[in-house]
Amino acid sequence: MEAVFAFCVGLMTACGVFLTLRGRTFPVVVGITLLSYAVNLFLFSSGRLTINGAPILGNGSYADPLPQALVLTAIVIGFAMTAFVVILAIRARADLGNDHVDGTNPPAEETASAAADKEKR
Amino acid sequence: MNLLWIPLLTLIGTVVPPLTIHFGRSACAFFTALLPAAALALVLSNLPAVFDGQTLVSTIDWVPLLGLSVSVHLDGLALLFAILVLGIGLLIILYARYYLSEQDSMGRFYAYLILFMTAMLGIVVSHNLIQMWVFWELTSLSSFLLISFWHHKTEARKGARMALTVTGMGGLALLAGVLLIGKIVGSYELGDVLASGDLLRNHAAYPIIIALVLLGAFTKSAQFPFHFWLPHAMSAPTPVSAYLHSATMVKAGIFLMARFYPVLAGTELWFLVVSLTGLLTMLLGAYTALLKHDLKGLLAYSTISHLGLITLLLGMGSDLAAVAAVFHIINHAAFKASLFMAAGIIDHESGSRDMRQLNGLWKYMPYTATLAMVAAAAMAGVPLLNGFLSKEMFFAETLHQSSLGSLSWMIPVLATIGAGFSVAYSLRFIHDVFFNGEPVDLPKTPHEPPRYMRVPVEVLVALCLLIGIWPALLVGDLLASASLAVIGGEKLPYYGLYIWHGFNLPLLMSALAMAGGAYVYVNRHKLFQFQAQFPEANASLLFDGFIKGLMKRCATLINWIDNGSLQRYTFFLVILALILMAAPLFNLNATAGLKPQIPVDAVMLSGAALLAFCSLATIIWHRQRLVALLMLSVVGLIVSLAFALFSAPDLALTQLSVEVVTIILLLLALYFLPQNTPKESTPRRVARDLSIAALIGGVIGTLNYALLTRPLDSISDYFLANAKEGGGGTNVVNVILVDFRGFDTLGEITVLGIAALGIYKLISRMRLFKPTGDSSGRPWAEDKHPMMLAVISQGLLPLALLVSAYIFLRGHNLPGGGFIAGLITSIALIQQYIAHGVDWVKDRLKVDYQKVIGSGLLIAVLTGLGAWIWDRPFLTSWHDYLYWPIVGKFEVASAMAFDLGVYLTVVGATLLILANLGQLTTGERARETEHQ
Repeated sequence: MEAVFAFCVGLMTACGVFLTLRGRTFPVVVGITLLSYAVNLFLFSSGRLTINGAPILGNGSYADPLPQALVLTAIVIGFAMTAFVVILAIRARADLGNDHVDGTNPPAEETASAAADKEKR
Repeated sequence: MNLLWIPLLTLIGTVVPPLTIHFGRSACAFFTALLPAAALALVLSNLPAVFDGQTLVSTIDWVPLLGLSVSVHLDGLALLFAILVLGIGLLIILYARYYLSEQDSMGRFYAYLILFMTAMLGIVVSHNLIQMWVFWELTSLSSFLLISFWHHKTEARKGARMALTVTGMGGLALLAGVLLIGKIVGSYELGDVLASGDLLRNHAAYPIIIALVLLGAFTKSAQFPFHFWLPHAMSAPTPVSAYLHSATMVKAGIFLMARFYPVLAGTELWFLVVSLTGLLTMLLGAYTALLKHDLKGLLAYSTISHLGLITLLLGMGSDLAAVAAVFHIINHAAFKASLFMAAGIIDHESGSRDMRQLNGLWKYMPYTATLAMVAAAAMAGVPLLNGFLSKEMFFAETLHQSSLGSLSWMIPVLATIGAGFSVAYSLRFIHDVFFNGEPVDLPKTPHEPPRYMRVPVEVLVALCLLIGIWPALLVGDLLASASLAVIGGEKLPYYGLYIWHGFNLPLLMSALAMAGGAYVYVNRHKLFQFQAQFPEANASLLFDGFIKGLMKRCATLINWIDNGSLQRYTFFLVILALILMAAPLFNLNATAGLKPQIPVDAVMLSGAALLAFCSLATIIWHRQRLVALLMLSVVGLIVSLAFALFSAPDLALTQLSVEVVTIILLLLALYFLPQNTPKESTPRRVARDLSIAALIGGVIGTLNYALLTRPLDSISDYFLANAKEGGGGTNVVNVILVDFRGFDTLGEITVLGIAALGIYKLISRMRLFKPTGDSSGRPWAEDKHPMMLAVISQGLLPLALLVSAYIFLRGHNLPGGGFIAGLITSIALIQQYIAHGVDWVKDRLKVDYQKVIGSGLLIAVLTGLGAWIWDRPFLTSWHDYLYWPIVGKFEVASAMAFDLGVYLTVVGATLLILANLGQLTTGERARETEHQ
């Protein structure tokens, strides 16, 4: 199972990084969210994988509770940060008139599809 | 008395001039001089102890763990320099009182001067190397202010900038050198460093240290090839030149070499570099000085030449040479300061510094002329004057060295030639200015300066004479103790401070230099013609060109890195992360560790397959944003299932509820953003990003696998053992959150609150972009709130709140707690917003979410502070059991109150974000079309 888990974390990281490198805000936000899933799973897995060992006292064997506590707050703060980035993206769209991460649409000749911008302006 | 007062007094003195300038110029000068005079008195009061061979140290520890302390010491060398800095400084204060005109801001000038004095004093008395370096940089900065004092003049600004650039760069090199020394020795205290000479000399990094330290010293002391800044610094007011270029600024480099002489000198490398640099600088300076027509230019190059001489002495490596170097430091300070002041008087009273105009001044200012002539004779090394003595010692030492092997004979010859030029330019200073016909077109008729302007010159010239006649009586002890500090040994070599050593080779060399110098001076016009054939190299232009080129290259580099594209920054960041993570993996022998692994079953595998598919789908369909979002939500759900599977029920619950909130948020966001992503990345860019993403994914996956398959040695046993006893709960994760690591949690909910408030501010007053339809042009649906949804969600609300209360209450013992309960409450309320619209909810739920966040944080902090009532540390928890009727045994813990704070903050933050964003989508949709 460890190999499958690690594969999934790696894949989510890869997808997250790819999306983070895109030029528009929404894919970047999706990428960051994916990346934060991967990071949370990675951090969580530093306590190793345990089945049927929830750290509730009384049942014998326990998973490591410390990474769980860390990841719990990380999930909530991750949400707050995602929310902040999303609102920032909306605000940027509202103030700048486009949703490119650099705040300006790239020159038409540099893009793969020059006609792509029609909808947004 | 505490030695720390020495630099402290002058530091306080920095603010005196601006405060006292209102009492008049003379009063200002008087008050300015008081504190440096007190510092000088303090230094002198320690004279006997230092002459006794003691090194006095006063220390205040600042950051002892980092080896940082404020410590001041006084040994022979520091004493000598402190006397020079303060003594000549006081004379400069008096001189400047008469030199500066009514238009010059005297308060500002004195403030800069005293600041510089403090910096200089700080260098010489610092016992800690880092502290010394700080003062070193302060001299660069304060000398910048002094050189550019007449900042309306272009050349003053340029000269100051050049001096700052050169000496500042040298200062950085010195910092690196000092840090290296500190790292090798293990201490920055000078006492420890001076005791580690062998360690440093035998260390592999010794050549680097030498290079760095000497870079600092050579730039400061204007040694070739860094000498060019000094003549340009002559655009400063003359008191500044007299101070900086006789006894202080340029001597700081010499001081540095002398300070580190016991630990860094004594190797072939040191001899070769230092003596050759000194020799070259001496010759170059002496030759150029003769060619200068500007009085201060002549003195500037002569200073460079004499600094070269001292450097050469320090580079020769014999103890006697070091003594001669120290002696020449004293003598040079005395005659050069007086010559600069005399030049300033001439400039002041005749309006010119050009020696082609200045002729025959003897008739107009005989008194000043006499003083200047004596000082110039001292510079030339005429017997009965102080310059003669150290020059004789210098000649004697050049004869007794062998640093150049079989070519060593060249050094005395070249030294004699240098001395000859020194005689020639001294002669020029005397003959060309005070005799040689009549003045040519002077702006003013020259006359004697005010009485007290001459006093400093008189004092210094008297010293030149007295030291020249009774050297042992006047400076014998000072020289001995300073030399001992430089040599670093127990015992001084024998030397005789007499005027007459008998007929010997040094005397012959002196005579040759005198005759040769006179001959060169008489035939100087031929030399001028010879020099006129060469194009004049203007160091200023070269320097400017160099700086411009450097700036241009820097700008190119910065434009390449910082081109304003977030994509590029992210790319760099990812590459860096990749390198940092991948590098250690190369050293890992086996990927898999020894820990027994969990077998895979079909359910897990299908979950993983679904996760993999949906992750890839977010990439594949990332242009269709809604689809990508749906795929993302599936990934999130499987992640929460994974948490549930791997024994983390709290995480599963949190992830599940956060997932819901996140997706709602992103759906809302999608309303304000384009529905599709344009296709604009070039295929090359896509290939590049895909490969880097795949690489980093591979590295992370490998890392995770390696981590997962290795046995764990956790600190969590403590938490597991103490959760019940100490925290009063059986859900260890929750106990960690609200009890063991409660302070972390407090910080985290604070961040949550701040993020929510930041979002609130971003949302308010947003000029909204509001689409009337989706990307295909279809208008949004008109029926806002479906009745079924409204009715069902209304019915669900009490149930949801009950569940959330239950989750909250049981959180300490079973999966749940403030975070999860807060998220559940938020979702229940958000559902009402979705089902009924913002206005409907607003009418019924009159809650200010900012206040909810605030009260949540307040409760959490107050719970923490409550522990203080019982004299416990912040956030210490308390718990007990109560027996309630019907309910039975019930646990009460202070951690519950803390968890309530967490709960309220989470609810407030989530709803503040979502309700405010959601509100934007309703109401005024009709009139918002102009942005589209």
